[in-house]
Amino acid sequence: MTKVAVIGIGITQFGEFWERSYRDLITEAGINAIQDAGIDGIEVGALYVGSMSPGLFIGQEHVASLVADNAGLTGIPATRVESACASGGMALREAYLSIKAGAADIVVAGGVEKMTDVSTEAATDALAGAADQEWEAFHGVTFPALYAMMARRHMKEFGTTEEQLAMVAVKNHHNGSLNPNAQYRKPITVDEVMKSAPVADPLKLFDCSPITDGAAVVILASEERAKKLCDKPVWIMASAQASDTLALHDRKSLCRTEAAVKASKIAYKAAGVLPKDVDFAEVHDCFTIAEIMAVESLGFCEVGRGGKFTEDGETSLKGRKPVNTSGGLKAKGHPVGATGIAQAVEAVMQLRGEAGKRQVHDATVGLTHNVGGSGASCVVHVFQKEVR
Amino acid sequence: MTGIVGYGAYVPRYRIRAEEIGKVWGGDGERMAKSLNIREKSVPALDEDVITISVEAARIAVRHAKVNPRDIEAVYVGSESHPYAVKPSATIVAEAIEATPDLTAADYQFACKAGTAAIQTCLALVKSKIIKYGMAIGADTSQGKPGDALEYTASAGGAAYILGERNTIADIHDTYSFTTDTPDFWRREGQDFPRHGSRFTGEPAYFKHIIAASKRIMERNNLRPEDFRYAVFHQPNGKFPVAVAGMLGFKKEQVEDGLLTPMIGNTYSGSTPLGLSAVLDVAHPGDMILVTSYGSGAGSDAFIIRATDRISKNRNPKPVREQIKHKEYVDYSIYAKFKSKIKGVCLQRR
Amino acid sequence: MTEGLALHWRLIPPRYNLIGNTCKNCGQRFFPPRNICPDCRRKSRLERFKYSGEGEVYTYSIVRVAPTGFEFQKPYVVAIVKLKEGPKCTAQIVDCDPEGVRIGDKVEVVFRKIMADDDSGIIKYGYKFKLKK
Repeated sequence: MTKVAVIGIGITQFGEFWERSYRDLITEAGINAIQDAGIDGIEVGALYVGSMSPGLFIGQEHVASLVADNAGLTGIPATRVESACASGGMALREAYLSIKAGAADIVVAGGVEKMTDVSTEAATDALAGAADQEWEAFHGVTFPALYAMMARRHMKEFGTTEEQLAMVAVKNHHNGSLNPNAQYRKPITVDEVMKSAPVADPLKLFDCSPITDGAAVVILASEERAKKLCDKPVWIMASAQASDTLALHDRKSLCRTEAAVKASKIAYKAAGVLPKDVDFAEVHDCFTIAEIMAVESLGFCEVGRGGKFTEDGETSLKGRKPVNTSGGLKAKGHPVGATGIAQAVEAVMQLRGEAGKRQVHDATVGLTHNVGGSGASCVVHVFQKEVR
Repeated sequence: MTGIVGYGAYVPRYRIRAEEIGKVWGGDGERMAKSLNIREKSVPALDEDVITISVEAARIAVRHAKVNPRDIEAVYVGSESHPYAVKPSATIVAEAIEATPDLTAADYQFACKAGTAAIQTCLALVKSKIIKYGMAIGADTSQGKPGDALEYTASAGGAAYILGERNTIADIHDTYSFTTDTPDFWRREGQDFPRHGSRFTGEPAYFKHIIAASKRIMERNNLRPEDFRYAVFHQPNGKFPVAVAGMLGFKKEQVEDGLLTPMIGNTYSGSTPLGLSAVLDVAHPGDMILVTSYGSGAGSDAFIIRATDRISKNRNPKPVREQIKHKEYVDYSIYAKFKSKIKGVCLQRR
Repeated sequence: MTEGLALHWRLIPPRYNLIGNTCKNCGQRFFPPRNICPDCRRKSRLERFKYSGEGEVYTYSIVRVAPTGFEFQKPYVVAIVKLKEGPKCTAQIVDCDPEGVRIGDKVEVVFRKIMADDDSGIIKYGYKFKLKK
């Protein structure tokens, strides 16, 4: 089977944009990606778009056709992929699989979410659709509350502290300040995080990723096309996915994202690498505790030591395992469906040496980790630099 | 003989003091408390209503009676603050105690005596062998008009009774009701708060009906006040039941055990049923109990009850005086929030 | 999200009475009830099982930013309760000082209003828990 490479990337600014629509955002990202890939639109064989809830955010379903239509790609097979916050990562995986299967040799994988056309309350309610409606949302549980319950368990079982959670936010805001596309570009302090308004104890406002508009697109190509079209193809060495129970209360452990453990194990095996070989990772920090659990689930540190790992600076830009160099969901922003693709864009930029002030030196292997809801789905990709 | 097989009481946890209410309306809460003999009243939480209160009371009653809920073939809920104008509280309660589907059910309204009216109906259905067991509930979360005297007294709570033929803890020997059209206290459809006739609610209403019903039932059973160990009268405040007891020839000691209003306020349809439950919690085999409720509009239901031998062997698992010890005080703002007295505040999405 | 009438009505047994199920094939207990036993799948032999309502707090959080409809209850406690009989479920913990809840606290079930969709819609009742004294 052919290898698959990323030959083009495109991303919009992330933020709150009154003047930019769903169509504006995805088209901008898509055109940038096609331009970056140096191909003609006519060469695109298929399109996969990740969008969690355009139905609730902009009243629109059937968005894959809309995206293709709007981008001048009418006619090609266009598919919307949905897995809550993992929609983007899953769209990437579907695009990857279609090339592996020989169904197409150049495929667009995009992600987009327009969250600010509805009120904050309505947006929060839409996001709650990722939880179990009958047995979690029905009882007044919010996403921050679900992750807060995991945090409380993590604190009880491993002694993780609220300050360590805050350090994740501080690091990511620092990285975000170096990312011109990030929603938040101002550094913050632990003290500011600790003093921010409580949302769902122990999580506070600055422990939570924001509501964001944005889009990101990557162009994937088969090995043969990539080698012809691209100087710096970035290879997708592994694409893995796993699922878990929808409701948090049905999970085997609240402190481990089992789906991430499973997916990353498969990905490491397929890519022929170990956790220690990963030079940087973009992980799903929808809440600070999620990043701590991610670095444990991905095997970057021992289970329970994620807080300490962060506190010791291991995950900072200059650390041994830079995590979320883009600023993560926390500072870069979290336009839900776009996130998984945005993570891939950052990974590719790092591996091409195009990450500017955020550059991880000598980065050869990167990993992206995209989670749906409270952990019911997880998609992990391993990217490798072209080695000549 | 037909009687009470089991019962359950429930009073919400929150309380507001008379002084707190007085503070808001420029009234002397301390003076009101003394004149009504009500120190504080129970307040339902935002997520409580007559249905939730009835379910909690009903579940205790089922536990106490040790009956199979499927054998409860009637459920009646009496209240003047049913959550729905159309859709009976009784069906939800029946479902929540797993008594459905083989039963009859309906809601009753007769101001503060809807609960005892329900007891009479269940009594008749059991006695006539139409049903095996019947459940009668009196519960309320009544509203007092802000600033009105009733705001010091209108509270929340309820009690459920399971009537049956076998294994009774107290037998109902007789029941008699005295009913007239007396417009002492009423609420028109669609109105938020009731209105009342002030002093008219006393002598021609409360006292007339309770005295008439109590006298008649004692007469026709050849009984006098001295023959009773306990007397439970409807308790809209802490003074009226003591006064009417005196007028009928009962002593203060006979009404004390059944008097809960000074601590929890007037639970309207729950008032007499809760008072009776407090008495049953401490009664001994052979004790005679006179119970006379009062509902505005107006009427009184009187009962002659005798505790059986089983009463001391089957004590209630959650006696009401134990329950009301666990309380938490709220101020007027929280009270107003809980009782949806603030425009736009309620437990719903829009 | 507003739920349909029939959806809530179908869920009355678990929501009012903690009716779940158990797989007679492997002995696992489920609450909320499941369509099939995830381990036994086609070999599942599911039977109705009623939970007592006793349990303990497995984890919890105090919700201070509430979803639509729950605004007037904040701050309120949501918890994952480990039922005495085994399964875990999610619910509010009521009638307590939110700051006074701890992992391991014993709880018992209560019947409360969960939500109404608007002032003319039906009222949805269901399970919540309170701390056992």
